[in-house]
Amino acid sequence: MIVAQQKPLEEIMGMIANAEKVLILGCGTCVTVCFAGGEKEVAILASQLRMATRLAGHEKEIREFTVQRQCEYEYNEQAADYVRDADLIVSLACGIGVQTMNEQFPEKLTVPGLNTSGLSQPTEQGVWEERCQACGDCILALTGGLCPIARCAKSLLNGPCGGSQRGICEVYAERQTPCVWDQIYHRLKDLGQLEKLMEIRPPKNWHTSRDGGQRKIVREDLRL
Amino acid sequence: MSDNGYIVGSNLEKALKAGYFVATGELGPPQSADRHEIEHKAKFLKGIVESVNITDCQTAVVRMSSISVAVILLELGIEPNIQMTCRDRNRIAIQSDLLGAYALGCRNLLCLTGDHQTFGNHPQSKNVHDLDSISLLQMCRDMRDKKIFQCGEPIKGQEPRFFLGAAANPFADPFEFRPYRLGKKVAAGADFIQTQLIFNVPKFQEFMRRVVDLGLHEKVYILAGVGPIKSLAAAQYMATKVPGMEVDPEYIERMKNATKGLPSLAEIKNMPPQEAAEARRLRKEASEAEGIRICVEIINECKKIEGVHGVHIMAIEWEEAVDQIVRQAQIGPKYDPARQSATLQTD
Ligand code: SF4
Ligand code: SF4
Repeated sequence: MIVAQQKPLEEIMGMIANAEKVLILGCGTCVTVCFAGGEKEVAILASQLRMATRLAGHEKEIREFTVQRQCEYEYNEQAADYVRDADLIVSLACGIGVQTMNEQFPEKLTVPGLNTSGLSQPTEQGVWEERCQACGDCILALTGGLCPIARCAKSLLNGPCGGSQRGICEVYAERQTPCVWDQIYHRLKDLGQLEKLMEIRPPKNWHTSRDGGQRKIVREDLRL
Repeated sequence: MSDNGYIVGSNLEKALKAGYFVATGELGPPQSADRHEIEHKAKFLKGIVESVNITDCQTAVVRMSSISVAVILLELGIEPNIQMTCRDRNRIAIQSDLLGAYALGCRNLLCLTGDHQTFGNHPQSKNVHDLDSISLLQMCRDMRDKKIFQCGEPIKGQEPRFFLGAAANPFADPFEFRPYRLGKKVAAGADFIQTQLIFNVPKFQEFMRRVVDLGLHEKVYILAGVGPIKSLAAAQYMATKVPGMEVDPEYIERMKNATKGLPSLAEIKNMPPQEAAEARRLRKEASEAEGIRICVEIINECKKIEGVHGVHIMAIEWEEAVDQIVRQAQIGPKYDPARQSATLQTD
């Protein structure tokens, strides 16, 4: 899922400095599941901002609302009245939600209250690890189901670099991030598919990734 | 291959083909635009090694570009071996730089993945890694042998011809995959290999046994990476702080013992200035001598290992030591007794 983290309160305070009435708008999907922008987080941020603005000398009017999916017009319609009353909207959705709001309600500025930080898997309670970079040309079949694009610090395609030691990636070794190429090696070995690692992988076609310009999927079969 | 039987005909290729136990050196470019620093370091390497590697912003610290330093070395009569990493350039920039490097007279090229930018002084920079060391090798080989760019378009006119090198780290994991990774590099186009610094000879021997079992030593020239340890602190740093390095505790012990009998650092603190300076000098001399002795011993061990065709001496920021090392090990164009009778022809 898409994961995100709340921005520092100070940064949010800076963004709302010139507004009187602020709407904090949450999203009920990915960011709710990763405890960053659901109803509960909206309530906490709202009360923090009320208190902080009061302490700063002038309490702002902070309102709260959460839609089910901020990346779709249909759901955001339900927030229309709140949007109309606000000077500024602080979105607690991912970057897609923020942009949908700006497009849908162009007369009001929606600013991001979160930093969107990856397509991740919750691996333990309170831990999310990046798993995919949406490169547009999935190679997981070649790598035993582990992604070197997102999980190798150098996005290598031909096996572990010279810095891989004891299963740990050389980059920020203190974080003890597993070297995904070490994991791929052992996985392919277990599967009896080490020959996949012996083949030379040519340079990746990054055109299907962001490098080819903004991507757009059009499914004629689904269009009305 | 060209008419004379050489792929490229660099000094390095010729010496390897002639069957000598070769020595290459290394020079770290300055973190400034200062040409004199290069000239100063180059002085210590001239005529005693086959070619000199010029690092490409090693440890991701901004330095003068490898190709520009190579041109300075060529002017000084030293054969450069340019290093190229995939960290800072995409395939467009790399190919462009290599066309220029060939036109400027560079003939050896070491293809690397590159140290990650988080190690260096610009950790906030963007990560390129469009290619990796293996696809980089393949691209360079195709430019040379097929006269095509990576996209498949023909190179109309002179193609860049490099004697292609790659790195190997016998001390990285998974150990059992490392000889195969070397094999991939050979299949991708490597003509020679320079290994990571060796401070664990038995492990390197085991690595080479596996490389020989795969028959790779007959397809590629392998240069063992060696270097002098300057001090106990340097040995400890390499053992604990450098990713992908392994230092046999025996060497750390020997560096410790090198200064035995001399005043300790704590004792030096309480000495009058002149006496302290003298004691420090003695400690430094003793450490350095031991560091060089260890390096020569490792070279002599490497000479006996099947499939090792020479050594790559990395004495970055201590280039002065290289002369002593090659002299004591009796290797390289100046000190190898086998070279005294035969003089190499250079293009
Ligand atoms: S290969 Fe591409 S699409 Fe597949 S998991 Fe990795 S980044 Fe995502
Ligand atoms: S240590 Fe492993 S994960 Fe880290 S950069 Fe090297 S190959 Fe990639």
